[in-house]
Amino acid sequence: MKRLFIPLILCMVLCQVQFAAAADRQEVQVATSTTSSPVPLTAAVAPSVKDPVTAKPAAPLAKEMKTNKAITLSMFFAIILFTGYIVVRAAKSTRTTADYYAAGGGISGFQNGWAIAGDYLSAATFLGIAGITSVFGADGFMYAVGPFFSFVTILLVIAEPCRNAGKYTLGDILSLRSASKVVRGTAALSAVVVSTFYLLGQMVGAGKLMQLLLGIPYSASVIGVGVLMILYVTFGGMKATTWVQIIKAFLLVLSGLTITFLLLWKFGFNLFAFYDAVASSPAIQEHVRGLLKHATPQPGFDYGQRFLEPGLILKDPLDQISLGIAFALGAAGLPHIMMRFFTVPNAQAARKSVVISMVLIGAFMIMVTLIGFGAALFITPQQITAVDKGGNMAAPMIAQFVGGGAGTLGGDLFLAFVCAVAFSTIIAVVSGLILAVSAAVAHDFYVNVLKDGKPDQKEQMKIARISAFVIGTIAIALGIACEKQNIAHLVVLAFAVVASSNFPVILFALFWKRFNAGGIVTGLTVGAVFAIGVVLVSPTMTYPKKIAADAKKVVEQLEQKQASGLLSADKEVTALAKARADYAKNKDGKSLVGLDAPLFPLKNPAILSVPVGFLAAIAGTFLFGTRREEEMFDELYIRQNTGYGMADASEH
Amino acid sequence: MTAQRKDWASLARMPKFIELHSRKKAFLITLWCLGSAMFYLLPICAGYAPAFMKAKVFGRLNVTYFFCLFEFAMTWAIAIIYTHRSNTYFDPLTKEVLSDIARGEHA
Repeated sequence: MKRLFIPLILCMVLCQVQFAAAADRQEVQVATSTTSSPVPLTAAVAPSVKDPVTAKPAAPLAKEMKTNKAITLSMFFAIILFTGYIVVRAAKSTRTTADYYAAGGGISGFQNGWAIAGDYLSAATFLGIAGITSVFGADGFMYAVGPFFSFVTILLVIAEPCRNAGKYTLGDILSLRSASKVVRGTAALSAVVVSTFYLLGQMVGAGKLMQLLLGIPYSASVIGVGVLMILYVTFGGMKATTWVQIIKAFLLVLSGLTITFLLLWKFGFNLFAFYDAVASSPAIQEHVRGLLKHATPQPGFDYGQRFLEPGLILKDPLDQISLGIAFALGAAGLPHIMMRFFTVPNAQAARKSVVISMVLIGAFMIMVTLIGFGAALFITPQQITAVDKGGNMAAPMIAQFVGGGAGTLGGDLFLAFVCAVAFSTIIAVVSGLILAVSAAVAHDFYVNVLKDGKPDQKEQMKIARISAFVIGTIAIALGIACEKQNIAHLVVLAFAVVASSNFPVILFALFWKRFNAGGIVTGLTVGAVFAIGVVLVSPTMTYPKKIAADAKKVVEQLEQKQASGLLSADKEVTALAKARADYAKNKDGKSLVGLDAPLFPLKNPAILSVPVGFLAAIAGTFLFGTRREEEMFDELYIRQNTGYGMADASEH
Repeated sequence: MTAQRKDWASLARMPKFIELHSRKKAFLITLWCLGSAMFYLLPICAGYAPAFMKAKVFGRLNVTYFFCLFEFAMTWAIAIIYTHRSNTYFDPLTKEVLSDIARGEHA
């Protein structure tokens, strides 16, 4: 089976090249056909004043990045070959389930720190936060604080107790509190649900990203990423996943450092000069004026300075606090992050790994926001949103710019490098997720719930690999099915669900003597169901009536203009037609759960669902408790505090 | 879990273990609450004290910028404090508890 690996990878790479070549031809047609079509709305506010920094002419903005396909593809090829080699090596030494799920406990604290950083810094963090900063300024920096702060909870509450008491999964820890199979089953189900949310968000994001980076069709990119991920996980298990994450984290930090260095170099490493240039950029000032919907510049209003102030996108303080709660408590219970602590030999190594990952992630987040501001300054928010509405291309574009610009060897090389790093990021993160789901399904559900822990090593390994394969295939299918869905919020939703279900349960299991099976099951199910329920009635969902109302406003404005004979530009005529069509399409629609307007005012449910999750866990404990389980607390408590009996757990 | 049954309840009554876990708990809760308070202060200030967040500190750089940087520095500080305390105090104490258990000096 292992011999099949290299040929399989080669086939896949060739397929990608094929697609890219086909897409190349398509693009030419698209490019010729778009020249006559109207410029998108975002581009309509293109800078009319010449920008002194970039000296960009006020020509129509490019809708695509100019990439050198040969360089980009060979860079991807190199990354795939290199990681493939690691997987083949790791596959040779993956024999037992301890190897497969926890790399045999043989990862050092230092290595695990890099791997956690690799796991946590997803493409959403790198490209997403750079994008938010480049389009909405200081809000990007505020946003970056949340995911980083979550490590305080991981360090103080999760890392060491989990290493001391656990084995492969959350189910292992909880089953120290209750021998009930229902507990393990629920824990497995919760891990599957949460990881699926997270995974789906990543898969769809990956598909769209590869589409942008390589110009290959969406479904081809989802299949490509998915097949690679399945191969890596089924063959190499945790050892391969860990090394892919370490390498990816290293490449990511390296590219972040290089971009930041080259950016600040232009300003003699003077941060004040850099931010002064950002706030003085006419393009950014124009852009902020557009965001604030000021039709004409208000005298005395410093639009550039406004870009450095919060509130351009994060408007509702309660929503921000709610998001903060989801980040601060949610990351701590994510199954794929928790699993990383089982790969190190002891609690000291677990502690060291969190601290190392905190240094890496924190420094990287600060660099990413600098990169975002740099992109706003040199590429302009208008150009960034013209290529991708969410701003996801800000980091690759600034990489191309600092490398020497489009068409130069340096620019193309650096752009290709950053794209390849983003690609390895996606592969590493989805591999970690697949491994976590496979552990929940194979180890918790199949081996311990269905088969009473009886299967021998060989059968357990077989089941683990089969489940990784099946889950990966399902993930690919779901990823393709969800192309048109708005799934950007799925990853954040995963954080909220974990914060309201897993987190209260882990906390109580580790620290509350009276906690029992009743509390575990109630906490996990009520917390998760409630959080998902709140999201279904929140403004995150699409409300057709609201779209219709917005469209109607546009129609009315434009009709007034038309009536007074001012409507002349082609693009306004098409905008009017589009608004009318939007209104007709959406005026009788209802949201997914049949609502006209959201019932819950906030986008993030955590502020409400976290207390509900805690209350449910407490109520469950008092309603369905047994004395026997309180006695089991002593065992878990001693184990998690001291690591006593840990050897038993890892050799099991 | 383990092959032979252990008397966990009597282990849990060891004075040294009680000292370890109560001190650890107090330390963790204090650190966690302090950190969280500072963390939530950022969105609270951004939402309810915009004038404060907009105040310029150096050149174009305002309170928002330094507040965000402070959050990063604070999180690192928590990591350093926790690691230091664990290395110098909790780890040796844990070792003592474990060797006591090994020698069977509990009850």
